[in-house]
Amino acid sequence: MPDTIEDVLGRLPDIRDATRDLKETLLANLVMTGEIPAPTFQEANRGQFLRDRFSECGLSSVSVDEVGNVMGIREGSDGDSARNVLLVAHLDTVFDARADHTIEVREDRVIGASVGDNALGVATLATLPSLLDMLGVEMRSNLMLMGSTRSLGRGDLEGMRFFLENTDRPIHSGVCVEGVQIGRLSYTSLGMVRGEITAEVPDAYDWTRFGASGAIRQLNDVMTAINRIPLPQTPRTSIVFGSIHGGTSFNTIATQAALRFEVRSDSSDEVRRVHERIAEIAEEQTAETGANVKLDIVAQREPGGVPFGHPLVKHTRAVMDRLDITPRVSPSTSELAVFIRRNVPAVTLGVSTGRNLHEAEESVEIEPMFTGLAQLVGVVIAIDEGLCDED
Amino acid sequence: MKIERWLKDHTFHHSEFWDLRAMVAEKEKQNLKISLCIPTLNEEKTIGKEIVIFKSELMNRYPLLDEIAVVDSGSEDRTLEVARAFGADTYYSGDILKSQGFKRGKGENLWKAIHQLTGDVIVYVDADIKNIHPRFVYGLVAPLIYRPAIKYVKAFYERPLAVSKTHIRPSGGGRVTEILTRPLFSLFIPELTAIIQPLSGEYAVRREVLEQIPFPIGYGVETAHLLDVHAKFGLEAFGQTDLDQRVHRNQETRSLGKMAFGILQTFLGRAEALGMIDGLPELHKVLNQFQVKDNEHELVGFKITEEERPPMIEIPEYQQRFQRTV
Repeated sequence: MPDTIEDVLGRLPDIRDATRDLKETLLANLVMTGEIPAPTFQEANRGQFLRDRFSECGLSSVSVDEVGNVMGIREGSDGDSARNVLLVAHLDTVFDARADHTIEVREDRVIGASVGDNALGVATLATLPSLLDMLGVEMRSNLMLMGSTRSLGRGDLEGMRFFLENTDRPIHSGVCVEGVQIGRLSYTSLGMVRGEITAEVPDAYDWTRFGASGAIRQLNDVMTAINRIPLPQTPRTSIVFGSIHGGTSFNTIATQAALRFEVRSDSSDEVRRVHERIAEIAEEQTAETGANVKLDIVAQREPGGVPFGHPLVKHTRAVMDRLDITPRVSPSTSELAVFIRRNVPAVTLGVSTGRNLHEAEESVEIEPMFTGLAQLVGVVIAIDEGLCDED
Repeated sequence: MKIERWLKDHTFHHSEFWDLRAMVAEKEKQNLKISLCIPTLNEEKTIGKEIVIFKSELMNRYPLLDEIAVVDSGSEDRTLEVARAFGADTYYSGDILKSQGFKRGKGENLWKAIHQLTGDVIVYVDADIKNIHPRFVYGLVAPLIYRPAIKYVKAFYERPLAVSKTHIRPSGGGRVTEILTRPLFSLFIPELTAIIQPLSGEYAVRREVLEQIPFPIGYGVETAHLLDVHAKFGLEAFGQTDLDQRVHRNQETRSLGKMAFGILQTFLGRAEALGMIDGLPELHKVLNQFQVKDNEHELVGFKITEEERPPMIEIPEYQQRFQRTV
């Protein structure tokens, strides 16, 4: 007889207490993961560490695929008929390999580049097999743990897409593990287009021409024009300017400048409309000024999601509720989008509370981690027991 | 030639000892008990990470260590609380062997640890290492497990290829080593120049050696160890392991001056006792350094006395606790 969700929920407080016994293991995994630089496309060393951890935990089929994804499987008792549950944490970070990756462990928190996004997610995967063994959790399903590569920025979820396109195992359901924030609950993905606009002023530029003012001014005009694009409140649509780079000093006219942006919307039509308008703006700017303004699209997603009433979402909320985690529902543009696109029910969950994300002083709190781990174990057990299947 | 042969045969790289499972099996076969001692004074920023890594990797995952202890000289920050939060045994040095009183200094903590900790081997690791890794312990312990004739294993480090911040520097071939210790060894005991990093704070030693040597409580402790172990057991008793890079706080040149002053005191005292020099005058204990104030040079004197603790084997409480006699 499968457990009921109440049985699973009843075990959660004990599970949370037990996770404390693995405090040093989790933190050591966090430190050792986080101190290995892993900018997007250079995740191999961090992946190697995770691979070693998977081997040490006795997982089977420990391997690294063509794009660097690291996989390990905790085999289920159902043998050939076991369903496959995929837990994924992205390996890459926003930090350059040359940044200081030293991590500091305080009594109540851990501080350092990438600890929250996503060293803690990876460390959670590295610790989970020991935790399940310690708790005596025997699953019928195969628990597939994967550190995925090329997730962020120009990586465009390549690791995750490669895996789901090429695996011969049907994936029953998925959980994306993010270090922060605990309470995060994503089960829908936004439509998105992500791109870079570069402005270059040619060497033979005619500086006497009206409006001639260098690449940064060109880019500024482009941004002003983008800001004038009308955006509907429904379906929700937004444009994020993520970063700008350009120029070299106070008083030298810049010859190059670049803007990175993302358009997000609940509607793919809106994403397409805004994308087209931005492309026109870039062309107009080139035509009118003689500067070279180019648009380069680096990633796109279709919107979609698991319905709110799906048992996976419902029981995930129940697990969070029992652990006094307040769910913060937000759509995602990360690994979840790949699950959703392939019609695999999945959620994204956070493990702890963090601050100063993507800064050198990025930090995560230790105490919430135990609740975050218990939440993950609860959801995995509920999936394994078939409680999250649709009728 | 002896040095070259020794270097070949007694110098290791931590990567030779990657197989921790095998190392633990061998350790258990020999029924060896290993204690880690981290001497501290105001190290709240780095101690947590050291304890977490060693506890997780070398106690829980691979039970190489039987004991992790922090021996503190009276930190005013939260060093001991942090260490305790992650499962280390913590001691205030003044509480150990109370009959012997308390002296403030790293050497004092190392010496008291011989009485407090129970291992057949004690491995000492400084608390200020930013890039801590299990190799800092297993790289030093391994030669003692696999080579019964080796009694004292010292760490040395490679220079990092890139260091991100200017205030962090590699310790490989540190300034005091190259300017003071190595020239002194070259003059008086050339064999000891084989030790690549004589002042490194990381070493693993068998109890039977530790209990027989005196401990300066200050800067001279590492130098004294090398001279005394060499005099008693010869170069063959040493091993050294390359632990790759070590990143830690940089020290100002003036602090290094104090360190050199303490080391010189220890060295000269030993050299006289070992009959290498004689007729030393009474040495002054004040190091004079200058500071500039309102464009005036001002003399500042620092009193640095290298006090020493006797070999632990001579302490009655120790003899009783470990059933030892002189």
